[in-house]
Amino acid sequence: MAQQTLVGAINQALDQMLESDPDVILLGEDVGLNGGVFRVTDGLQAKHGKDRVVDTPLDESGIMGTSIGLAIAGMKAVPEIQFDGFLGPAYDQLVNHAARMRTRTRGAVTVPMTVRVPVGGGIHAPELHSDSPEAIYSHSPGVKVVMPVTPYDAKGLLISAIKDPDPVMFFEPKRVYRSFKEEVPEEMYEIPIGEAKVVNEGDDLTVVTWGAPVFQCLQAMDNLPEDVSIELIDLRSIYPFDMDTIAQSVQKTGRCVIVHEAPLTCGMGAEIAARIMEECFLYLQAPVQRVAGFDTIMPYYKLELEYLPEAPRIQKGIEECLAY
Amino acid sequence: MPHHTVFEAKIEHLQILDENGKLDKKLAKDTLSDDQVVHLYEQMRICRELDEIAFKLQRSGRMGTYPQNKGQEANAVGSALAMVKGNDWIVPSYRENAALFMHGLPMHYVIQYWMGDERGSQFPEELNMTPLSVPIGTHMLHATGIAWAMKNRKEADRAVITYFGDGATSEGDFHNAMNFASVMQVPTIFYCQNNSWAISVPREQQMNSRTVAQKALAYDMPTIQVDGNDIFAVYKATMDARKRAIEGGGPSFIEGVTYRLGDHTTADDARRYRDQAEVDAWLDKDPLIRTRKYMEDQGFWDDKKQSELETRAQRIVKEVVDAAISVTAPDKADFFNDMYAELPEDLKLQRDTMRTSSIGRNPSQVGLKAQPTEAR
Repeated sequence: MAQQTLVGAINQALDQMLESDPDVILLGEDVGLNGGVFRVTDGLQAKHGKDRVVDTPLDESGIMGTSIGLAIAGMKAVPEIQFDGFLGPAYDQLVNHAARMRTRTRGAVTVPMTVRVPVGGGIHAPELHSDSPEAIYSHSPGVKVVMPVTPYDAKGLLISAIKDPDPVMFFEPKRVYRSFKEEVPEEMYEIPIGEAKVVNEGDDLTVVTWGAPVFQCLQAMDNLPEDVSIELIDLRSIYPFDMDTIAQSVQKTGRCVIVHEAPLTCGMGAEIAARIMEECFLYLQAPVQRVAGFDTIMPYYKLELEYLPEAPRIQKGIEECLAY
Repeated sequence: MPHHTVFEAKIEHLQILDENGKLDKKLAKDTLSDDQVVHLYEQMRICRELDEIAFKLQRSGRMGTYPQNKGQEANAVGSALAMVKGNDWIVPSYRENAALFMHGLPMHYVIQYWMGDERGSQFPEELNMTPLSVPIGTHMLHATGIAWAMKNRKEADRAVITYFGDGATSEGDFHNAMNFASVMQVPTIFYCQNNSWAISVPREQQMNSRTVAQKALAYDMPTIQVDGNDIFAVYKATMDARKRAIEGGGPSFIEGVTYRLGDHTTADDARRYRDQAEVDAWLDKDPLIRTRKYMEDQGFWDDKKQSELETRAQRIVKEVVDAAISVTAPDKADFFNDMYAELPEDLKLQRDTMRTSSIGRNPSQVGLKAQPTEAR
């Protein structure tokens, strides 16, 4: 098994899907010859041809809308939207068409596509290049949303997403693109959408997170006293999400901290907290604590670490929840 | 030569059958046979009948909002005949019912749909068409994507036609679709039914362009303006566009100049914003009147045939309405079941309990008192 970065694992999954399924088509801005601005699709056009890895016009709505058409005609479109903040122009096509097509035709017309988008902050990027839009799309019935953060999970979830018969938003935490390596099997494998992963088992408090903050949470946990036992859950799938794993854990620990980069209000933390209230009410020993992005515009990069849930803020959240 | 012209263009207008039913024989050569003219006339007349009955159904409270096609039928039938049924795709808006019917959609689907039932968009599997599209201007991108798939799969004898109105050409997605289709050189036919009105906004206020057809020039796309109430011109322009498409010539644009004789929908009252004199002038250009006049002049149509057709249209539409009305009521589980190929467990629970409330999710906890567990 080779060590892979997140970029490498996603590239390998795309390569293998292109190889194994002639209906798979990649499209997006600069994804072909240039291999994408993050080089996630590097080498794929040279290997699979210009008809299958397509440099499109600079038009997010066009990318999303033509992907819908490709999918209706039976292809498996894998569009890339270059940055999180550029999803705006594609929102209408995604939410009003891709998400609705199956139900409004009662299953007669379907849209199997996987929308890849680099998301999140922490890389000193320009404005509108650091957002975390997962809650917006989880609030849009008809799409699925995943955000794997490790290379292993990314490969398995991407293969599942492309094979899924419904539209899937595949969010890639760009801060982790090259910062973490792990062994990734060469062969193809799938990780089911909707299953969380227990990264660390513990008894005293549950931390639920996803995306890049998984690593900030690990850092915060390292700074806690040794006798504190934290259970860390990487949600991986944002919709549908694995409430069973969360509920089991919180019923065991009685305390929960939810960490995400997206703004606090109406973030996925709110939904998860509500569900914990429903399913773990009699077990809770402290209010559910949320450590999230603020309800502000994501600041430009000189202040981005003040906005993001970094390790010290997460640590404080955990300590308060433990002391309640 | 530092200052010179790098691009020149013109827009041609095609009319073959004028409003008096007079045919330009030279231009009509190799277009419609007499049988085809009769066929298209019948389709238009049946569609008109459906329109009138749908209007009455809405007014009597038996159907929701409905957009009449009245006055624009020639665009639908002429172009649909040029496309190959069961082979090509149709990506419609909502004012070309006859095109869908000619390509095999049972008519009651459309009525069932406007009666508020999504099963009216659950088209039979063998039909190559997307459902009616209520949002304006967004579906042409889907037509472009479908055509792109054809090109990718080297299905060289297939093409896609998509319909939209003049108002839709103000939307960004119209231009996105035109650009994508042009760049990718895919077999899409963009058919604009320029009916002069986008609800209450007239075409002159919708755009400062003298024609809609000229918008295609920006994309180097072959483009033409036709008399959209002339089945010959519509048919010929679509045949030409389709031929170009399947020969690898890429997308084409057709502007059919027509007129919305009815209100925007049954929820609209066009008297609020347009003069009756304008409507009256267009009543004379009605495609049904001129086609009938032509057929009668040529001697292959008469009052007897007309009367038979009207009786037949009434019978067909009555059957269609009966079929739409007699379908079983939809099940409430229906609006859950096709959200995803496989429903997430949470959604199954919502469907099965028809509740979203907290306690309903865990009924076993009802009646239990909160007993704080021992602090760790």
